[in-house]
Amino acid sequence: MTATAAPPEERAEDGAPPLRRTPTRKRLIPYWLLLPGILWLVVFFAAPLVYQASTSLQTGSLEEGFKLTWHFVTYWDALAEYWPQFVRSVGYAAVATALCLLLGYPLAYLIAFKAGRWRNVVMILVIAPFFTSFLIRTLAWKTILADGGPVVGTLNALHILDITNALGLTEGHRVLATPLAVVCGLTYNFLPFMVLPLYTSLERIDPRLHEAAGDLYARPATTFRRVTFPLSMPGVVAGTLLTFIPAAGDYINAELLGSTDQKMIGNVIQSQFLRVLDYPTAAALSFILMAAILAMVTLYIRKSGTEDLV
Amino acid sequence: MAATDTTAQGAATTPPAPRAPRRGSVPGLRWLRRHLVTLAGLATLAYLVLPNVVVLVFSFNKPNGRFNYQWTRFSTDAWTDPCGVADMCGSLALSLEIAVWATVGATVLGTMIAFALARYRFRARAGVNTLIFLPMAMPEVVMAASLATLFLNMGIQFGFWTILIAHIMFCLSFVVTAVKARVMSMDPRLEQAAQDLYATPVQTFLRVTLPIAAPGIAAGALLSFALSFDDFIITNFNAGSTVTFPMFVWGSAQRGTPVQINVIGTAMFLVAVVCVLVGQLVGARRKHSKRS
Repeated sequence: MTATAAPPEERAEDGAPPLRRTPTRKRLIPYWLLLPGILWLVVFFAAPLVYQASTSLQTGSLEEGFKLTWHFVTYWDALAEYWPQFVRSVGYAAVATALCLLLGYPLAYLIAFKAGRWRNVVMILVIAPFFTSFLIRTLAWKTILADGGPVVGTLNALHILDITNALGLTEGHRVLATPLAVVCGLTYNFLPFMVLPLYTSLERIDPRLHEAAGDLYARPATTFRRVTFPLSMPGVVAGTLLTFIPAAGDYINAELLGSTDQKMIGNVIQSQFLRVLDYPTAAALSFILMAAILAMVTLYIRKSGTEDLV
Repeated sequence: MAATDTTAQGAATTPPAPRAPRRGSVPGLRWLRRHLVTLAGLATLAYLVLPNVVVLVFSFNKPNGRFNYQWTRFSTDAWTDPCGVADMCGSLALSLEIAVWATVGATVLGTMIAFALARYRFRARAGVNTLIFLPMAMPEVVMAASLATLFLNMGIQFGFWTILIAHIMFCLSFVVTAVKARVMSMDPRLEQAAQDLYATPVQTFLRVTLPIAAPGIAAGALLSFALSFDDFIITNFNAGSTVTFPMFVWGSAQRGTPVQINVIGTAMFLVAVVCVLVGQLVGARRKHSKRS
């Protein structure tokens, strides 16, 4: 939610104090300020990534110990065995992100332009889940989507499950342990990450622009398409990134709401690392995931033309 | 753009397109069309809040078996005995303790970085900005696995300290972003004015800069607390046999979920809402008193 603040401040950087001739002692101040925090990030964030790169090229076992053998085949084997989970992760995350955008936009629009004095109440309802355990809330979906429950009953009665069955999203007369449940959980869990950046960028839009569009005989739909939506693009880009990236690496929704047929790549990494104790494979899988996401994000940022986000 | 000027009078309120009268002729439909965005937004809000409602309702349930997924009958047992489940309140206390220390650590380190980035120009700026951005853009499972690999190979015992180190690491970026945004948007002339009035740099910082940055620091701290308290993925990799509250919930999903989990969930939601409300009231009052 905070990454949305990035675009304006990056631009503001040009207004930062210019480099002046100052005594050395004063010039060192920023470095002293940075030192502890940056050291923390280098030691506990950057170094582990480098370390993991070397782990992914090791061979051995827990008993004999692992040795660096430049065993690149691990990558190939991991991809060959787990590509369905990779594809599934990207697919689920993409669908969940699209749904988040579709559901989140009206809500963000509501808070920004229509809520009036209810704005704070709606905001609290969006943010409060951040402070409640999301695992408990995800477990609540088990109750909501239970086989005999009202939601599944209604979906059955309206024959919506027949449609989702045909699309391969569900199987039989149930929702739990199907792709639909996992996507529903992912959408739910990451929705606030979409709504907040969207709201931030919508709130910055001058309402007079809407009036101007109306004065120029634009219909509401045209106003939205030609004025509101383009101006909210920074929020859309930030929101989709903040939703897609964690959703692609998530394993909680697939574990709690799905079955073994809905395992995502996060589940594989988790079980390789914590249960099978095959650290090289776990490291290789994390690296492939990281590289894939970095590539997609870079491409997306290029395409959407908001490079100042990063 | 297809709108014609024949119905220009109503342009501001209702769409004046030629097709409009037919579609909007039924009053109910017209109302629905005008409020479509509001209704869709409220539906999304309901989707967001629904699980919280379910958690609240099922905290008053008396389940038959070990799993609390089906409504059986009303009972306040769990509310009168919230710590009746073995180990649950212990894990809750541990999570709170870790969240407090992670918040303190991340807020101090993050605020320092934010001030360096917002107030000074130096050579490594771009690199530092990237290093701050990356942890937020990295899937948690990747960070979790790589940090755990490091600890494992260094022979460091998993437990309280490894969890705390990990939490400070991933909260740091969020604090930096929150504080930086606030300091960046502040008027530099305020500091110059203080200096013109012969304030020493320390006085300027304590009496002008820090109070202005305070809301950003508070937002960063609050976010750190929430992120740390709720984190599961990174904790799962770096906790060893130590059990935090999210890990207790995770384990209970397999063993059987006690009703008390719903009690804690509801209580957390209520505490959060009350905290936010109090914050809003204080903020509103301060704004009000400043204006008058």
